Amino acid sequence: MKISVADVEYVARLARLELNKAETDLFAGQMDAILGYVEKLNELDTADIRPTSHAVPVENAFREDATRPSLGVAKALANAPDKADSFYRVPKVIE
Amino acid sequence: MKFQPVIGLEVHAQLKTGSKIFCGCSTTFGSEPNSQTCPVCLGLPGALPVLNKKVVEFAIRAGLATNCTIAHHSVFARKNYFYPDLPKGYQISQFEDPICRKGWLDIQLEGQGPKRIGITRIHMEEDAGKLVHGDVPGLENGSGVDLNRACTPLLEIVSEPDLRSSDEAVAYLKQLHRIVTWLGICDGNMEEGSFRCDANVSVMPVGSDTLGTRAEIKNVNSFKFVKQAIEYEIQRQIDLIEDGGSVVQETRLFDPNSGATRSMRSKEEAHDYRYFPDPDLVPLVISADWVQRAQKELPELPEHRQQRFITEMGLSEYDAEVITASHELADYFEECVAFHHNAKAVSNWLMGEVTRALNDSGTSIAACPVIPRQLAELIKLIDSGAISGKIAKTVFEEMWKNGGDPKSIVEKQGLAQVSDSGAIEAVIDEIIAANAAQVEEFRGGKEKVFGFFVGQVMKASKGKANPAVVNELLLAKLKG
Ligand SMILES: [Zn+2]
Repeated sequence: MKISVADVEYVARLARLELNKAETDLFAGQMDAILGYVEKLNELDTADIRPTSHAVPVENAFREDATRPSLGVAKALANAPDKADSFYRVPKVIE
Repeated sequence: MKFQPVIGLEVHAQLKTGSKIFCGCSTTFGSEPNSQTCPVCLGLPGALPVLNKKVVEFAIRAGLATNCTIAHHSVFARKNYFYPDLPKGYQISQFEDPICRKGWLDIQLEGQGPKRIGITRIHMEEDAGKLVHGDVPGLENGSGVDLNRACTPLLEIVSEPDLRSSDEAVAYLKQLHRIVTWLGICDGNMEEGSFRCDANVSVMPVGSDTLGTRAEIKNVNSFKFVKQAIEYEIQRQIDLIEDGGSVVQETRLFDPNSGATRSMRSKEEAHDYRYFPDPDLVPLVISADWVQRAQKELPELPEHRQQRFITEMGLSEYDAEVITASHELADYFEECVAFHHNAKAVSNWLMGEVTRALNDSGTSIAACPVIPRQLAELIKLIDSGAISGKIAKTVFEEMWKNGGDPKSIVEKQGLAQVSDSGAIEAVIDEIIAANAAQVEEFRGGKEKVFGFFVGQVMKASKGKANPAVVNELLLAKLKG
């Protein structure tokens, strides 16, 4: 096993996911299988190959620095679960 | 034991673009909360970012001005963490392949030679939104999120841990601030957060070559606070070690009210960002041609200009530094000197009367109502003896308030300096006749009274008498 239950719990915590014991075990097995499959790539000599960051051979997609109308406050807040004035409202964040 | 502080700075400079880095929303500061947002910067599902080309141009400019290598190939990456001001749950930044690497800046402390400070990297990223607490109706028991700032373009400029004192840190910061404002890529406004700094501080025993554990002090938003925060943190770490404790690696917040730094527990767990290349943004490839073009378009840099003002124009080190505080001021100076070759007098006027008038009225040098040609002509009038330095200040005030060329103001208001000895003699005779007692005092050896006579003559001539002529004639007459 490359991926332990502890790894799954750690990643779940970082992703703010709450998993039960059965799910944790299941995902540990599945993730282990996925990594094991991808590991086959290690059999190739990739010494002179730059790591692939993107799957399509496209580069330099730009836009000019021009403003476009924004949504407007009403639309921007339309789906907010909670709001106050023109703000999204969230539980108090204390620093 | 003696300790050596080791400091590295991470500066976030907000770029002066009109639109955000990945969408067309405006970057204007201070608008109604959430009025400058769209599906991209709100992180709505399906929205796709497109890179603002100007951000890349500004990053290249910053890199070249700080002696960096511009990467031929660079990539945007996602930095994953959860915070209420970060709508997507990740910040688009650069990680393994930043746009600029391995640069440097020279700093100079008073009375010391220049010191080279390494720049590890410069990368592009988007800013987060802003959290608002209290003071807003409805937010008494919660926090407000304003996403106008979300997706605003930033450059993060990371120094090597080459700084050894709070003074060096401030000097580096000021130098960097001057460069980014000079290049016109950042407005440098620290109060509005356009130029902010995190400081990594550690201490090690003098003579050691093993770095101590560092603490990161977040978001210090003035030069003064940077100095305070670093000094506090150095002392805190030394005290801790001397008391047998050890420094823990953590994020700390500077509190300007107490001058202290304190631990930010909320950031404790957040150090595994799981960076990975952002599949929504294609790689950035910058050709040698592009870099060359940018190099050609780069203005003469402040340090170079400062040196030139010293060697070619004879300014003192201090004057040259003040005059090159901004591109606009340096331009104004050079324009004046082109009209009238008295660099020293021009710099004195700029640092004196002009700066005072600008500060009093909250005007920037670019909007100065007295244009360079007019200031140069005013100084020319002084240098030719047409008006006295004192009268020149009156003329300057008039130019500032109501405009007009100095020559015509002098003529209209009859302010020309009187050097004609006949006219001055007449005034002196009157003053001497009216102050017999003081004349006796002077002749009795009390030479201080001389100043009184000069004052009276100048007053009677409304400041227009040529002081050199007054001195000469007065002395002759008094000695009788
Ligand atoms: Zn937007």
